[in-house]
Amino acid sequence: MTQFSAWNVIKNGFNGQKGWSRQWRDPEPKANYDIVIVGGGLHGLATAYYLAKNFHLKNIAVVEKGWIGGGNAGRNTTIIRSNYMLKGNREFYEASLTLWENLSHELNYNVMFSQRAHIGLYHTPNALDAAARRYNIMRQTGSDGEIWSRNTIKKKIPHLNFADDARFPIHGALVQKRAGTARHDAVAWGYARAADMLGVDIIQQCEVTSIKRSAQKISSLHTSRGEITANKVAFAVAGNTSRLWQMAELGNLPIESHKLQAFVTEPIKPLLDHVVVFGVAGAHFYISQSDKGGMVFGGDIDWYKSYAQKGNLPIVQDVAECALSLMPCLGRVKLLRHWSGVVDMSMDGSFFMCKTPLDNLYLNAGWNYGGFEASPASGWYFADLIANDRPDKVIQNHDLDRFRRGVHIDERGAGSDPKLHG
Amino acid sequence: MIQISCPFCGKRDHSEFSYGGDGQINYPPLDASEDTWHDAVFLRENIYGRQIETWQHLYGCRSWLLVERDTRTHEIFSVKLAHSDWQKLMEENR
Repeated sequence: MTQFSAWNVIKNGFNGQKGWSRQWRDPEPKANYDIVIVGGGLHGLATAYYLAKNFHLKNIAVVEKGWIGGGNAGRNTTIIRSNYMLKGNREFYEASLTLWENLSHELNYNVMFSQRAHIGLYHTPNALDAAARRYNIMRQTGSDGEIWSRNTIKKKIPHLNFADDARFPIHGALVQKRAGTARHDAVAWGYARAADMLGVDIIQQCEVTSIKRSAQKISSLHTSRGEITANKVAFAVAGNTSRLWQMAELGNLPIESHKLQAFVTEPIKPLLDHVVVFGVAGAHFYISQSDKGGMVFGGDIDWYKSYAQKGNLPIVQDVAECALSLMPCLGRVKLLRHWSGVVDMSMDGSFFMCKTPLDNLYLNAGWNYGGFEASPASGWYFADLIANDRPDKVIQNHDLDRFRRGVHIDERGAGSDPKLHG
Repeated sequence: MIQISCPFCGKRDHSEFSYGGDGQINYPPLDASEDTWHDAVFLRENIYGRQIETWQHLYGCRSWLLVERDTRTHEIFSVKLAHSDWQKLMEENR
């Protein structure tokens, strides 16, 4: 594998770009692996990478039913932030942001991580007070946070709606400057390439169709490319977790599958330097501008359970209304594409990363709206869980049994209705 | 756009309706064990395929409905009033 470096770029500039090799192999699946990770999304690929890198494990495979980067990895709005408040989430997402900061160097692959700041707008003094509490918690636990006044926001982001007759006048904002965006495809490719270089087999077009198990263990996975046995099996298939769980005859999960849409407009000249989030009185909207110039934005899930990767029109209208009330200057910009991913919405809005009723099965699921930003830490802690067969202290309450113990990690305080955890 | 045939109002866009959730959850009696309640409140079958779910015709007649819908394709197979007595009356007077 050719490393990316200034020297290699110059050298290949002279030899007609002939010195580059395939970014990762396309191996045939072997009959047996030490560890098989089901799901070649960002979390599965990152897990494989950290298993090989941090624990020097060999003989690992990632099996993916479609192609890597084709599921939720390529269907998000690429926002990265760590402004979570509750114990467990706080440490986890902070670890993730810290990993993001060095990820391009770590993977020798430019993931285009851009710390352009996450601006959470607030529209009443009370809302700002409540949000200040969140940011004080962040600042006291090793993260960054600032409060911006209306005047500061006006100077930094002049295109927002500061009109006197705005339905929800902007009062202030909570800002995390280390937050930002990254290029989602590059993250999938970067982790795949780096994992492959450490010997991980990435097997695409390989769907798990049934699971053979004994009382205590998974004995083998039947896939569209043959039977695979593994000492340890890990599920990282957000969106389809319940299907796989039921295939293993493990019953029901505290998860509902919903779909979340994202939108991009035609490219325009540089307009927005930050990630801006607008959420008040039922509105929910987040927007940034990609490096190509497209305005990338999204809002709520579609409100009804679905496995169809197909968004519906009421949300298109809802999101467009938010866009115009926040940035009226977008009125004549055309929508270029919109797409939808299936997300695991959990009962408290937080994820699951835990051991399972089966000895050799590990679960990574329930990412709600926060899966993209979590990818590096998800790989990091999930690899640690699989390698050491025990959860790290940070994720010890992210197990399936937490509701039985009365432990809800509910950032929004919305209760046990998955669709409300926006 | 999903369209739901409301028994009173006829076929309407789903933006007129509010989604209620699983229509097949039977909540246990109040004195059932904590485990039974845990399962009813927190666990979901999360069906891949046809499921019965509740919708309310919020911007119409405000009836609660039981809708059979495919979660893979959004195709709707049947719509009934959630209140079984009303559904019976409706059928008798059709």
